[in-house]
Amino acid sequence: MAEIRLQNLAHSYSSAPSGPDDYAIREMSHIWEQGGAYALLGPSGCGKSTLLNIISGLLSPSEGQVMFDSKVVNDLTPEKRNIAQVFQFPVVYDTMTVYDNLAFPLRNQGMDEKRIQAKVQEIAEVLDLQAVLKNKAKNLSADEKQKVSMGRGLVRDDVSAILFDEPLTVIDPHLKWKLRRKLKQIHEQFNITMVYVTHDQLEASTFADKIAVMYGGQIVQFGTPRELFEKPSHTFVGYFIGSPGMNLIEVTPQDGGVGFGDIHLPLSKGLQRKLAGTEWSSLKVGIRPEFIHVWDGPYDDAMCADVTYVEDLGTYKILTLNLAGQSLKVRLQEDKPVPQGQAWISFPGQWLMLYADEYLLQADSDSEVPHA
Amino acid sequence: MRKVQNNKAWWLVLPVFLLVAFSAIIPMMTVVNYSLQDIFDQSNRYFVGTDWFRQVLQDPRLHDSLLRQFIYSGCVLLIEIPLGIAIALTMPTKGRWSSLCLIVMTIPLLIPFNVVGTIWQIFGRADIGLMGYALNKVGISYNYAANASDAWVTVLVIDVWHWTSLVALLCYSGLRAIPDVYYQAARIDRASGWAVFRHIQLPKMKSVLLIAVMLRFMDSFMIYTEPFVLTGGGPGNSTTFLSQTLTTMALGQFDLGPAAAFSLVYFLIILLVSWVFYTAMTHGEKN
Repeated sequence: MAEIRLQNLAHSYSSAPSGPDDYAIREMSHIWEQGGAYALLGPSGCGKSTLLNIISGLLSPSEGQVMFDSKVVNDLTPEKRNIAQVFQFPVVYDTMTVYDNLAFPLRNQGMDEKRIQAKVQEIAEVLDLQAVLKNKAKNLSADEKQKVSMGRGLVRDDVSAILFDEPLTVIDPHLKWKLRRKLKQIHEQFNITMVYVTHDQLEASTFADKIAVMYGGQIVQFGTPRELFEKPSHTFVGYFIGSPGMNLIEVTPQDGGVGFGDIHLPLSKGLQRKLAGTEWSSLKVGIRPEFIHVWDGPYDDAMCADVTYVEDLGTYKILTLNLAGQSLKVRLQEDKPVPQGQAWISFPGQWLMLYADEYLLQADSDSEVPHA
Repeated sequence: MRKVQNNKAWWLVLPVFLLVAFSAIIPMMTVVNYSLQDIFDQSNRYFVGTDWFRQVLQDPRLHDSLLRQFIYSGCVLLIEIPLGIAIALTMPTKGRWSSLCLIVMTIPLLIPFNVVGTIWQIFGRADIGLMGYALNKVGISYNYAANASDAWVTVLVIDVWHWTSLVALLCYSGLRAIPDVYYQAARIDRASGWAVFRHIQLPKMKSVLLIAVMLRFMDSFMIYTEPFVLTGGGPGNSTTFLSQTLTTMALGQFDLGPAAAFSLVYFLIILLVSWVFYTAMTHGEKN
């Protein structure tokens, strides 16, 4: 069990990287605390798996350091790092029975058979594998195989951390949910650091206490699911988390705020000062579809938008609006009347985020809240 | 609607039937025909029943060459299979060197049997051959033309030289088909090198190994050209294997009846042993 610290880490698959685009992992520093349940969330190809393989030692980073409890482990092999990793596709040892598969990592570290038996039984019980323990692993179904793969990671309770690389890809949805619960239980029971890679925000937020969102080889935000939702620190987080994602609108600075088309959005004094002191080449505002307020009728301070599309998703509706030439999504609760033709909306100031060059701009003190 | 009752569909089988008949059944039946009769000419033929079979099965020449043949094929398999696996495991997996290795490995496979025989016939000669001369110079007495065990070892070395590449290439392709993630998982599980071989590489190579074992068994069991070119089956009968015994019987002595019976026995032995290998190696597929 260990705290995992990444220090100025960067990795490039090319031997002579010539620019930031050659890097799969751009320089980053990050800490996974001991005992935490973390998710590493991001789209395909953002460097999630690369980062995981660097932590486990399957890959050696081109720059920076990996530390377990302040001990640099860059030069240690995965065997020496004592770390467990579960891969996207099931890996089982065909010639062995399920029991032997689960016992394999324990036997390799020279544990005595009695303890092995106890551990294997314990894990088999957690994963519902008792019935097939004596079967050859070769003949299992895909999701049983994946359970065996996971089991091999979980039997070792002395590991520094367990890393999961999209382990539930091949599992059917119902079982997925069950297994995620199991992992959570195991985490609570054994207090092992777990890092769970996924591109599924739901999976990430049900498993993890804290989520690291990766984009373009960098961790752009690390926070609780709620923080990611309420205060995305990068436009990508806003767009990637939530369904539909955050509305992002290109704006220009105006007196007392920002604006687009004939719309003016006031900003707090603090934020205005911050914006004035920041250099940027692109400026955007972001607001989540859930946070856009829809008035029942015309209202003085509200903005008038055309309703272009209404999508009924059962418990709620998604409106597509056109506001001064910009398309907006709004999530409308079930009990709200659906506006016809035109909708009167406003952006509550506390939910209106300002992004300079894709990163969140925040006033130095958060005390001032503007009023929309 | 009335169901059409006829057997016209059987005509569709005809092309396949003809093909199989001409390629296998008719030639085979010719041999069966000879093995059951004593034929002098078209009008002088006598049914002899199992006489030829009995005669051949009691023939000490057949016993000797059959024993020799089994020992030889056994040695071939025992050397070529492990050696082929070992070479496949040590071959580079990517880059220029791997292509170069593949080409070098393929070369022996492209050389015709009798050329291979001739190469070694000259290479091994004690008077002018590089190998034979060198061996004698360093004090190892070697003469395949006079010493039976020297001839035997030479024929074995020829086969190993000629065909180990095939085993290695088959194993190499089997190894390349193993996804990286298996090796990664093994490292995470802290498996030893032996465990990786035993539980990942060997099981994944199983199907290509089956092909390799069968091919090498059948080929080596039918060996003819190399010993024939090297020593003509000698010295004595030491390198006279089954196919040479058969050729001597059929063409040398023109004993077509016994030779036909011999052929059938020969064929059945290969079939039986191949079946044993196949069953043994695929056994355990089902739980």
